[in-house]
Amino acid sequence: MRRILFLARAEVLHVVRDRATLAQALIVPVLQLLVLSNAATFQVRDTPTYVVDFDRSTASRGLINRFAASGRFEVVGDSASPDRGDEALLRGDVTMVLTIPGEFERTLVQTGIAPIQLAVNAEKGSAAAIVQSYATAIASAYAGELTGAKGTPVAPAIDVRVRNWYNTTLNYKHFMVPGILVALVTLIATLLSAQNIAREKELGTLEQLNVTPITRTQFVTAKLLPFWVLGLIDLAIGLIVGVLVFDIPVRGSVVLLFGCAAVYLVVALAIGLWISTIVETQQQAMFVTFFVMNIYLLMSGLFTPVESMAPWVQTVSLANPVRHFVAISRAILVKGAGPADIARPFFTLVGFAVVTLALAVRQYSKRLA
Amino acid sequence: MKALAGLLRKEFFHILRDRRTLVVIIALPIVQVILFGYAIRTDVDHVRIAVVDPSPDAETLAFRARLDAANVFHIVAVLPRIEALEPLFKRGSIQGAVALDPQFAERLGRGEPAQLMIVADASEPNTGSLVQAYVSAMVGGYEQELRRRGRTVTIAPSVRMRFNPTRASSNLFVPGLMAFVLTIVSSLMTAISLTREKETGTMEALLVSPLLPWQIIAGKVAPYLLVGFISVVSVVLEARLVFNVPLRGSLTLLLVEGLLFILVSLSLGILISARTSSQRVAMMGALVGTLLPTMLLSGFIFPIESMPLALRLASTVVPARWFVLVARSVMLKGTGLVYLWPSTLVLFAMAALLLAASTRSFHARLDG
Repeated sequence: MRRILFLARAEVLHVVRDRATLAQALIVPVLQLLVLSNAATFQVRDTPTYVVDFDRSTASRGLINRFAASGRFEVVGDSASPDRGDEALLRGDVTMVLTIPGEFERTLVQTGIAPIQLAVNAEKGSAAAIVQSYATAIASAYAGELTGAKGTPVAPAIDVRVRNWYNTTLNYKHFMVPGILVALVTLIATLLSAQNIAREKELGTLEQLNVTPITRTQFVTAKLLPFWVLGLIDLAIGLIVGVLVFDIPVRGSVVLLFGCAAVYLVVALAIGLWISTIVETQQQAMFVTFFVMNIYLLMSGLFTPVESMAPWVQTVSLANPVRHFVAISRAILVKGAGPADIARPFFTLVGFAVVTLALAVRQYSKRLA
Repeated sequence: MKALAGLLRKEFFHILRDRRTLVVIIALPIVQVILFGYAIRTDVDHVRIAVVDPSPDAETLAFRARLDAANVFHIVAVLPRIEALEPLFKRGSIQGAVALDPQFAERLGRGEPAQLMIVADASEPNTGSLVQAYVSAMVGGYEQELRRRGRTVTIAPSVRMRFNPTRASSNLFVPGLMAFVLTIVSSLMTAISLTREKETGTMEALLVSPLLPWQIIAGKVAPYLLVGFISVVSVVLEARLVFNVPLRGSLTLLLVEGLLFILVSLSLGILISARTSSQRVAMMGALVGTLLPTMLLSGFIFPIESMPLALRLASTVVPARWFVLVARSVMLKGTGLVYLWPSTLVLFAMAALLLAASTRSFHARLDG
């Protein structure tokens, strides 16, 4: 036990003395959190729109006004030339072209139904669907207004109300920040442990440690303990920044979150340890870590929902520890989930921790023997 | 010239002999394209929902059948009370819910507005909006069927999804992916390879050789130019063959723009290596200076229009932003230089500027 503490103390001193590592561990995560949370958004707002109005009537102007006043669309240009609209779409200046055909008002009055056309730049998949639904909603609301104005108000047959639970303002940051916290903790834990042991290898100091009476388990514990603590500190810092800067909700128990993080960090550190056993140099350690993390983070549902992934990827991603911790972090912070709600992902993480640590330690011993 | 050929040969051997790095170089584009094609998607289908139906009868059953038939929803639970939703949301088993009023059928029959509530798990805001949009659209259709008799005014929008009618995410991500892969291969690799020569001291040996400075840079850069070009071709091939991403514009234009972007990335790599002394610092510099901006600020994954003004401004100095724009326009929209000359010009200017700066800082180091 005393040996572990001594070695752990040496590690802590290493980290504290090396400015580069300390900056990497404490400042970079905060910066990343600040930039990522602002950059990583699929939010749809102020869709630039071009209007091609052939009718130029009261009804068509009314419709355009409703679009402009909705706060969702910004009319950046209008003319009666479809070519100009098409060009704006091709050049990428606008995302949607609203075309109102001639005789729009007359058709509307005479037959009660008049067409309009929406051309949406669908390069950006799901954003296009959202733009479309906003536009359709505005058109039908305006139709309702016109119906009322004709003196025969018709009550809607079905009165639809919408509740957005857990995030009433649809703030994208409340979605991203709990996930980004996980990414930060993962990167720090895995990268630092992989790099640290690879450096000892490179410098040859690992050989020296091997001839001391210290056992493999003691060595691994002492190596990983400081980074485990550092990971928890990073999570705390990230959480504080998230609450103060981004006003993210903390609806569940913070203790529960840290409990899960404690287990999860063991997995992340074990992966780092495993990487350090298969590489020779720090450069390779960094490269391999980056490669592995890249796959893990992209498949975790952090940026895009797991449900949208191809079915086989969803199955494969069950073997991705990051996915489970992202789910836990979001459930606890945003939805206020309790122990019973997150039991499944939590025990999955416990399983991962046991298996990865055992594998990494075994691999480590083998490489040195 | 013979000396240059010798250096080139040596560099190629370097790349070919380092097996681990070679595997990463070759595997990276392939793995990334697969990841982005299959895993990074934002399409929402098969939304898991629950229906709260306190008093099931023929009318509500018909409504539920319609929900089910929409093919967008997958009803995982039918509950009697709205309170029962909470644990399902917390466990993440449902993404949304449709709650019907206890007097739904009764009110409909009496011609009064029947109440219906859409509950969306907005902790993922986009899925939240989509659930809401889908249910509203479905209800709208149902409503119109219910009151064919009443004389109302309807505006019937016809929607055309331009450039990507199926709204497949792979069409969006794969062209952008080229920028990402090229940044890794060009900037990261060059920065590290040049710093390694410095660290191991072999750079000094090159300097006292009869090679001119530009020849050293050319010799170092040419192999990576080739590797980068191969990556572009392999990404385009994979995109076409595996994911059926359209290539509506000119292939030649795409490849030429690709080369231009590789040149920019390589110059960035040289610049970073000239300013740093150890591989570790070079790696961090390349990561922070090129890779993260390419991933976050290029519009490759996250739309630039959604970002705050400060980040939108910052994105204009990221070379990848311009290349992503070009790659997407050429592949999806089939646009030519008529529309793309501004971005091309920006890339040209960046290449010229960075190349000049990197050759200069390389010189400065040689003299000092």
